Amino acid sequence: MELHVEGLSHAYGPLTVLDDINLAIRPGQILCLVGPSGCGKSTLLRMIGGLEQPDGGQVLQLSPPPTESLNPLTFIFQDFALLPWRSVAGNVALALEHHDLSAGERDGIIADVLARTRLSDFADVLPRQLSGGMKQRVAIARALAVRPAVMLMDEPLSALDAQTRELLLDDLVGLWTRTPFTAVYVTHNLDEAVRLGHSIAILSRRPGRVREVLDLDMPLEGRSLSDPKLAKARDRLWESMREEAQTADRELADV
Amino acid sequence: MSDSDFAKPVTYRGGGFKPVPVAWIGAAFLIALVIIAEIGTRTGIISALTLPRPSAVLETFAELYSSGLLWKHLFPSLSRLAVGAFLGAAVGIAVGVAIGLFSIARSALVPLVAAIFPIPKIALLPLFVIWFGIGEGSKYALIAFGTFTPTVVATYGAVDAVDRGLIRMAQSFNVPWWGIVRKIVLPGALPGILSGLRVSLAIAIILLVAAEMLGATYGIGAYILEAGSLYDLERLFAGVTILSLLGIVVSWAIGRLERRLLAWRG
Repeated sequence: MELHVEGLSHAYGPLTVLDDINLAIRPGQILCLVGPSGCGKSTLLRMIGGLEQPDGGQVLQLSPPPTESLNPLTFIFQDFALLPWRSVAGNVALALEHHDLSAGERDGIIADVLARTRLSDFADVLPRQLSGGMKQRVAIARALAVRPAVMLMDEPLSALDAQTRELLLDDLVGLWTRTPFTAVYVTHNLDEAVRLGHSIAILSRRPGRVREVLDLDMPLEGRSLSDPKLAKARDRLWESMREEAQTADRELADV
Repeated sequence: MSDSDFAKPVTYRGGGFKPVPVAWIGAAFLIALVIIAEIGTRTGIISALTLPRPSAVLETFAELYSSGLLWKHLFPSLSRLAVGAFLGAAVGIAVGVAIGLFSIARSALVPLVAAIFPIPKIALLPLFVIWFGIGEGSKYALIAFGTFTPTVVATYGAVDAVDRGLIRMAQSFNVPWWGIVRKIVLPGALPGILSGLRVSLAIAIILLVAAEMLGATYGIGAYILEAGSLYDLERLFAGVTILSLLGIVVSWAIGRLERRLLAWRG
């Protein structure tokens, strides 16, 4: 499914956080949104997913979502957002329970997504018993269960340690390679952006504007930071962001 | 390190600030107090007018039990407590959840609850008699009313404390409103509601005595009040001990409930 963000603006009181954002989210591709902290990239993602209303502009769905999709715009959150009182399978089930599915169909979907995220052995385990990386895999399984048309990922790896992040990044690349999905991936980590992004949009600090959109015309699989082409792209992004990040760092947090 | 003469282990300065329950200390402390009272009253250091002898209280209790009067007093009290506390807690939880969910309920009821909370419910006894008669109705009402306010406050606090991130997650999966309340808000608020119930049920036991001031012939409260008016300290203490035991049983029951329902907290 293709989405267009058109002239999106938003302000919290007198503070403009997003200013005339225009973006194209192309089907079967991952768009990374990077920017310094506080530039409104998470707010933008919530607006794309209909969890917040922008003051101006709109997010347009260019085609009807595929009929097999249960929840076309599906989020993956930074803090996993798992219900601590439900098991792994129960957390996945939450996304399916209100849909018109037979118990058999539902169990089939749950078994399938847990297998795809290598969680089949942990179906009955409670979230508190899982490591951070596994918790996020549960959240990914839950997202896959509703067959999303667009995945909206809000810094999904930021709460994880460096090694786990690396492993999960490989998982995401693997998932995409097997069945390409459309996604918007918010991050402040440039390494993640150049590993996962088919295109990378850099937002400036407040008020958030699209500074530039960089297209990375390389297959996701086998992308490595030791590849000079990727390293160059990363350096270019950093050049473009550096000053913004420095200024953002000196700003007082008063939001 | 060149100064090897000096070598000494680093002084430990962490630890503490982490009290843990030590098994049997509670019971041992209570028994020690009773033994001190027993010795004190037997030797005459504590006069019989100041404090009844624990062994005499126990005898009174045994008498109460063997005469069959214990059940005659305990049964009406327990049923008053059960009906009153259940009504108060049930309505309290419902109102508390409504305050936690709806702006209008919140604006209308929070000031009202704040106004009702500090009223000593005992002061309203005559009013309850007029409204509900001198029979069981006014006793239920008094206990229910006293249980209601702390339950409301604990419940809406607990609903407010439910992780908004989980609610937003459910919305992002299009979980319907009622599903969010049932599957996220209520289970998320349960720990707070249960710890609020600990307080409310203790208050219900306090109010039991007050309720039985209203022309009850039988009941623990009636028994205590009668003993009190006769300055019969042994019987007074026997009655008070029953209330204490009741408090312990209720708190233990809630503890069991918490372990069952909140096992996910680990």
